[in-house]
Amino acid sequence: MKAFEYTRAADPAAAVAGFRPGDMYLGGGTNLVDLMRLGVAEPERLVDVSRLPLDRVEAAGDGLRVGAAVRNSDLGAHPLVLARYPMLARAVLSGASGQIRNLATVGGNLLQRTRCPYFQDVSKPCNKRRPGSGCPAIPGDHSHLAVLGHSEACVATHPSDMAVALAALDARVHVTGPAGSRVLPMPGLHRLPGDEPERDTVLEPGELITAVELPPPPPGRSAYLKVRERASFAFALVSVAAALDIGADGIVTGVRLALGGVAHAPWRAARAEAALLGAPAGEESYARAAEAELDQARPLPRNAYKVPMARNVIVRALKELTP
Amino acid sequence: MEITLRVNGDERTLPVDPRTSLLDLLRERLGLTGSKKGCDHGQCGACTVLLDGRRANACLLLAVACDGQAVTTVEGLAGDGAPHPLQEAFIAHDAFQCGYCTPGQLCSAAGMLAERGPSAVTEDLTAEPELTAGEIRERMSGNLCRCGAYQGIVAAIAEVAR
Repeated sequence: MKAFEYTRAADPAAAVAGFRPGDMYLGGGTNLVDLMRLGVAEPERLVDVSRLPLDRVEAAGDGLRVGAAVRNSDLGAHPLVLARYPMLARAVLSGASGQIRNLATVGGNLLQRTRCPYFQDVSKPCNKRRPGSGCPAIPGDHSHLAVLGHSEACVATHPSDMAVALAALDARVHVTGPAGSRVLPMPGLHRLPGDEPERDTVLEPGELITAVELPPPPPGRSAYLKVRERASFAFALVSVAAALDIGADGIVTGVRLALGGVAHAPWRAARAEAALLGAPAGEESYARAAEAELDQARPLPRNAYKVPMARNVIVRALKELTP
Repeated sequence: MEITLRVNGDERTLPVDPRTSLLDLLRERLGLTGSKKGCDHGQCGACTVLLDGRRANACLLLAVACDGQAVTTVEGLAGDGAPHPLQEAFIAHDAFQCGYCTPGQLCSAAGMLAERGPSAVTEDLTAEPELTAGEIRERMSGNLCRCGAYQGIVAAIAEVAR
């Protein structure tokens, strides 16, 4: 590991004011420390923000405000999250292991990097790690990588489960930085790779996530369904965060759908939502909605399985939410 | 940088390079070799310790970031002269073969039994779940056992959970 300095910020304002080029913020460290050990991340200085007073989960009207330093395990066990946002609780509980959830923070979870095998291997080219060096995943092993929204430069996926639920719930990410504070919508924090795959998010240098705000939960029932290669402690091949509200006449009156494991960002399935809203609830409508979304998929030879998998996971999640 | 940790009840103050993981500090500097280095990437759980009472991967923690915190390793689990109930149960249920993952399994189980709330396999999110074998397997998925002693590990933890 390359040598670095370490400092602990006293409050968010001090963290931002003291931020210099070459600095990185340290949350729980479950991804960053590993990336430093692998030589993928080489900060000159770590600014530890894990003990900032941003560790509360609080009701905000009928919504919720979650501090960026809240640990994943505390979020997934919080009574308000369990009662109001079961989709979010399920997503958080399905990620990583008990040990890692005890360390990982909400802010860090959003900003974790892709687990693309080439990104994590410094002996290989990677446009995300070394812009312009090429993408060996496209001719190589892209079996776990993106089928939606990828570019010729990068087919990485965002690994977070929590972020998929936040994208479905219209969460808002509060950020403070050298140029002031702003609020970013979910989806909207993460970007698609285009020709700048080195940028995972729209954050500017020195910007710090301070909180995630959740509007009141969508009406109806919600779920998070995750398909992976083993039953626990694995990243999603495909996941779906879904909320469904059905009127007395059997017509879909509200729907939220977001996909994980398929793109560089949590993927809000807006086309599927539009196709489903006003349609009669049932498998036929659900399948049609899934097709409407996945028509735009551009699978590669080794990840083509994700397209029918995503279709089936969407249909299954919606069927489970149908009384 | 100088840091102070409470390790198995004893206060230890020592200078550390910021690169030092908590795991390397425990093993190389404090001679506490019970915590094991398996993958060094947070994937196997052999390094699991309790940090302020909560289970954590010592390999993913920078020692400098733990300044002021309390660490319990497998060496500190037992009370005076008597093994921890989990240690007794692991012996009774033959919950290991080579033993390399055992310190991490023990610390992880101790932390897990103190945790509240549902897991990914809990049906009803709002009721305190019963620790069935399925719940134990899910909650212990951060600890791998290459010998495959999972049957004994689950039985041992279930006995202590009762």
